[in-house]
Amino acid sequence: MPDGDPAVEVDGLTRRFGDVEAVRGIEFTVRPGEIFGFLGPNGAGKSTTINMLCTLLKPSGGRALVAGHDVVRERDSVRRNIGLVFQDPTLDGYLSGEQNLRFHAELYGVPRSVVGERMRQVLEMVGLWDRRGDLVQTYSGGMKRRLEIARGLLHSPRVLFLDEPTVGLDPQTRSSIWDYIRQLKEAEEITIFMTTHYMDEAEYCDRIAIMDSGTIVALDTPEALKAGVGEDRVRIQTADDEAAIAAIKERFDLEAVMSEGAVTFRVAAGEAFVPRLFAGLGVPIRSVSVSRPSLDDVFMSFTGSTIRDAEAGASDRNRMTMRAMRR
Amino acid sequence: MAGSTRAAGPVADVVRVRVPEPGLRQDVRAVKIVLHRELLRFWRDKLRMVSGLVQPVLWLLVMGTGLSNLMASGGADGDIDLKTFLFPGVCAMSVMFTAMFSAGSIVWDREFGFLREMLVAPVSRSAIVIGKCIGGALVATLQGAVIVALAGLAGVPYDPLLLAELMGLMFLGAFALTGFGVMMAARIKQMQSFFALMQMAMMPMMFLSGALYPLNGLPTWLSVLTRLNPLTYAVDPMRQAVFSRLDLSPALQRTFNPGVTWNGWVVPVWLELVIVVGMGVGLMGVAILEFRHSD
Repeated sequence: MPDGDPAVEVDGLTRRFGDVEAVRGIEFTVRPGEIFGFLGPNGAGKSTTINMLCTLLKPSGGRALVAGHDVVRERDSVRRNIGLVFQDPTLDGYLSGEQNLRFHAELYGVPRSVVGERMRQVLEMVGLWDRRGDLVQTYSGGMKRRLEIARGLLHSPRVLFLDEPTVGLDPQTRSSIWDYIRQLKEAEEITIFMTTHYMDEAEYCDRIAIMDSGTIVALDTPEALKAGVGEDRVRIQTADDEAAIAAIKERFDLEAVMSEGAVTFRVAAGEAFVPRLFAGLGVPIRSVSVSRPSLDDVFMSFTGSTIRDAEAGASDRNRMTMRAMRR
Repeated sequence: MAGSTRAAGPVADVVRVRVPEPGLRQDVRAVKIVLHRELLRFWRDKLRMVSGLVQPVLWLLVMGTGLSNLMASGGADGDIDLKTFLFPGVCAMSVMFTAMFSAGSIVWDREFGFLREMLVAPVSRSAIVIGKCIGGALVATLQGAVIVALAGLAGVPYDPLLLAELMGLMFLGAFALTGFGVMMAARIKQMQSFFALMQMAMMPMMFLSGALYPLNGLPTWLSVLTRLNPLTYAVDPMRQAVFSRLDLSPALQRTFNPGVTWNGWVVPVWLELVIVVGMGVGLMGVAILEFRHSD
């Protein structure tokens, strides 16, 4: 297949669990070789989508092609071309790391002549070559996740699906997992499709789809998404906050609010605005901070809530979906 | 483009794997690795090996010795050690426990996520179920081999042919039992429920199998129940094999090794084996269907 063909192509994909519509007719395309992130709060429909793309869950409607194969009609062809790293571990703790990989190689029919070399390669990539003989139950959470990534890569998949690859890991381990993922993209011809609900991790992606309540509300590069929000966020501490808010409204025509103990407002080119603020506000300013829009701001601007608030609201719906899935 | 980036990149020697088209060869490899894993895990779990021995050994050595006082009838026909009589039954029992436990590991795998790794692989589900059944049967036979090694304590001669025969029969019985266990495990999501169910199934199966008493002269209701129990047909050929090596009077043979009769007709060993293997294949078939329909 030529390089230009999409790695993942989704059209009108829908999934219902009883009365709950977890995914509502979404549509997107993932280009070959990119890191594509699915961002959204828990319960937004990310895992349901990924499960449909991995052939683990039948769509209620719509169509999805992965590596050029239909996820419903060509299930085995899809499976041969994808690697999977799930949210929950799927390792056998009573086997060694090497034996877990060996098991995978046999199940996927990796030719015996290359198994040894390929195993060494993926284990070295995730830094587990020295620990390959140890039982997996002695591994730490981060090591297990790395082993799963190595295993997902063992059969040289065209698309690697990572469902919340860093959830439940400490910040250091999270960043090392990201190092491996970026290294991986350098080394292999592979497309990476991942879900996350950590805003800071989404920055590592080439493109991001923001998902909320079963629909995709935005899809672009992290830079473009942030640029779309445009304005910087300025937070000031003043001697008289009430007067400051009134003065900002009156003299600069900007809406300021009290947020987390500081007067906060949005303005384009915030750093250039600061001198004008000092000159014209008329209320003593004790401190100023200017921040560029973050993906948090992007998420907020598209969904109207922070990802944490969205999560709190979604948790009930999520529980219902989980119950329906367990049936 | 892909080729050029690879040549330019720092990691030029990436081994690219081509996953072959599905086919019989792939399925055979899958069966073998699933089976291999069963053996590896059995070997790792020495505690399970030992704990699997406790119950059969208690039956054989403690119950066998204790109860033999009760039936020191002897008489003109000569005598037989109760332990010798119990021996084939105890072999079957140890195989049964291990086979069920192996099948139960599917529930375990489901709880710990490993089942998912198997179910998303591009191999047929039958390969996984067959590997699991044969693997479970092999593990159970290995466990049974330890009991067979105790033959001398029960007054059973160490005849190599007899031992081989017993191992073969144990394998067939274990295969049928693993099939049964895997079929149950396909639907059960929690280990506790599986064990509760197994306990419920195993005890009656054992008591109604002729493992612990001869099957002649029973009241009709018990006679009918024992004939409906598949385990009966796994135990009897083993007893016949053991008794054919003993030097006993015809009267004792009749009393302690009466065979299984259907309305007075003695069921031949080959038919018993057909029943056992047929059960095994049938139950495994049901298990395969169940796993095909689950996601």
